[in-house]
Amino acid sequence: MSVASSTYLVGSFTPEAFEQSLARCAHLPAWWLDRKRAAYARFAAAPMPQRTNEGWRFSNLSTLTLDGFNLPAPVRFDQLAHRELGVTGAGHLVFANNRLVAAQPLDASTAGAGIIFDTLQNALLQHGDLVKSHLLAQPSKLGSDKFAALHEAFLEDGAFIYVPKGVTATLPVGVFHYASGAGAAVFPHTLVIAGENAKITVADFFRSEKPAEAHFACGGNDLYAGHGASVTYLAMQDWSRATLSFQFNATVARRDARVLSLNLHAGARQARHESFSQLQAPGAHSEMLALTVAHGTQEFDQRTLQIHQAPNTSSNLLYKNALLDQAKTIFSGLIVVDADAQKTDAYQSNRNLMLSDEAEANSLPGLEIQANDVRCTHGATSSRIDREQEFYLESRGIRAAQAQELLVFGFFEEVLGKLEHQELHDRLTEIIREKFRNQ
Amino acid sequence: MSQLEIKDLHISIGDKPIVRGLNLTIQQGKVHAIMGPNGTGKSTLAKAIAGHPDYTITEGDVRLDGKSVLAMQPDERARSGLFLAFQYPSEIPGVSIANSLRAAVQARLAEGEELDATAYYKKLYAKMDLLKIDRKFTSRAVNDGFSGGEKKRCEILQMAMLEPKIALMDETDSGLDIDALRIVADGVNAQRSGPSAPGIMLITHYQRLLDYIVPDYVHVLWDGRIVKSGDKSLALELEAKGYDWLKQELAPATA
Ligand SMILES: Nc1ncnc2c1ncn2[C@@H]1O[C@H](COP(=O)(O)OP(=O)(O)OP(=O)(O)O)[C@@H](O)[C@H]1O
Ligand SMILES: [Mg+2]
Repeated sequence: MSVASSTYLVGSFTPEAFEQSLARCAHLPAWWLDRKRAAYARFAAAPMPQRTNEGWRFSNLSTLTLDGFNLPAPVRFDQLAHRELGVTGAGHLVFANNRLVAAQPLDASTAGAGIIFDTLQNALLQHGDLVKSHLLAQPSKLGSDKFAALHEAFLEDGAFIYVPKGVTATLPVGVFHYASGAGAAVFPHTLVIAGENAKITVADFFRSEKPAEAHFACGGNDLYAGHGASVTYLAMQDWSRATLSFQFNATVARRDARVLSLNLHAGARQARHESFSQLQAPGAHSEMLALTVAHGTQEFDQRTLQIHQAPNTSSNLLYKNALLDQAKTIFSGLIVVDADAQKTDAYQSNRNLMLSDEAEANSLPGLEIQANDVRCTHGATSSRIDREQEFYLESRGIRAAQAQELLVFGFFEEVLGKLEHQELHDRLTEIIREKFRNQ
Repeated sequence: MSQLEIKDLHISIGDKPIVRGLNLTIQQGKVHAIMGPNGTGKSTLAKAIAGHPDYTITEGDVRLDGKSVLAMQPDERARSGLFLAFQYPSEIPGVSIANSLRAAVQARLAEGEELDATAYYKKLYAKMDLLKIDRKFTSRAVNDGFSGGEKKRCEILQMAMLEPKIALMDETDSGLDIDALRIVADGVNAQRSGPSAPGIMLITHYQRLLDYIVPDYVHVLWDGRIVKSGDKSLALELEAKGYDWLKQELAPATA
């Protein structure tokens, strides 16, 4: 391989940069370092996405650059404009530039016995087997093998949440990921493992320290819900409007488990989100929800896969996008039902609210069904704001921009209403509101 | 004293003229009933004054306290004191009454001024009690799944909260049962006393409403014009004789 072509393939993420990052992980288990090395090799060898690649249909490829980024220097917690989770007594971890900068551990007496809420690094050292079987254990199936490998190679630290059998976490936990400094590349990760009949809510926040700085964010989360477990996962992506963002989700639901994930997409100039749910045993359910507020020339690229591998499993996907200005969204979703996954009940819906004539929403819903006794529905709609509704609100004295915001919230309510935690609900709506205000 | 002056108003939908030279002045505190057959332009008049984008004003003027509202956006018109109670209120799923009304009240405050939430809810609940609207309605989506009568009560609730100078009430009585009609009329009458009583354009087909909200003036709108004006006895006469009577009476004039 020539020097020129390898530079083209790795951009700022050179072998030297990788060695630097790896050196910071030298104290971690050898198996993990080996995996990272293998991941780097895959990353460096894989081509950038091509126009002919179905998994990148409609995506803007010319703006997918790996150049101009750096592994950022540490920042201190007091340099961040951090806002608490807003839930009294809840635990949190705050990461900035790939390092832990603040932590509020769980109060064992109130949080639920035996819950582990710690950094990935500590978990690798103390609970290596658990991490090994769940961290990035699912294949990348939605087109971003290269970026998923990059994530694994450069992942230095993140959050680890383990809830043992039969334990209910009484409060949600918050994980905050900040990027700071021009060109900062960050690789956040959150790993959630809920044991048999365990229950937990986790909120992930992604935010740039300064709104004008460009970042490269390449993050992931693994959600594992054991037999009868219930996991609620909320991600609020609010990177700076100059950021290139990737987020990879892998959800595994075991027998009678229930996972609800809700992703809010507000930030970044171009954001790709891949979400992969596996319903592995009877009774498993995955609720896949997303809300996007797309302004300016933002591009939100969402790719999903719901795989039903066992009978009597269900999944429900509802992705709602509000598009303004010249924004662009892509939704490509696939439901796969394996041959023996009879009585599958799968739903997939992408709804776009067009607030501008210049915005562009693309939808590619898909089904691949091998079983014969299933119920699968999918659909995509795009609609404009209802002029009569808008006039109704304006006739009450509400300004046009505010009326639109209310109507967007009205459109989102179907998803927002599924979030039971009032504080998290409020935080989510506040991020959306802020986004409208800062236009 | 506020007043709304409608001067030689012509309104078209597309290139179809609907209202064709209408003059009317509504003083604060006065109730003007507007009657007239279906399709004669009553709702067109009300919606055009409120600034609905489907209607083009081709001639004439509408002035609130001497100032033309025609160049204003609908929200600006509302904030300067106009209120439209819709004949067919829109259903807005996902947007609660409390939130939309709050936004409407907030929009009337000076920039940077925060809404006093406690006072707002106190006032809202008082008005709801007056209109016998269950407090649970505040968290319900605007008009979504409301019965016809509930929608109309919700319109009056908004009017009571926003305290307009001039209210355009378009068939607020339609869909109301006898009890609801009385409650709504009481709600409107409660707003009629005092120095900030609105001027009201009360569009209706039925004397029944005018028994409860007694008008100061009655006008008949026909084919886009006011063809006859009088006091409350005109409505009684119409009720007794029907529009055919008026048609005959007007025959020479409209020929
Ligand atoms: N958006 C519209 N597009 C086309 N025609 C319209 C529109 N709105 C009203 N019209 C027409 O304009 C005319 C006047 O309608 P308008 O609703 O003002 O009547 P109205 O006097 O309020 O009748 P009603 O007593 O039945 O409520 C009717 O012929 C109606 O069909
Ligand atoms: Mg009408």
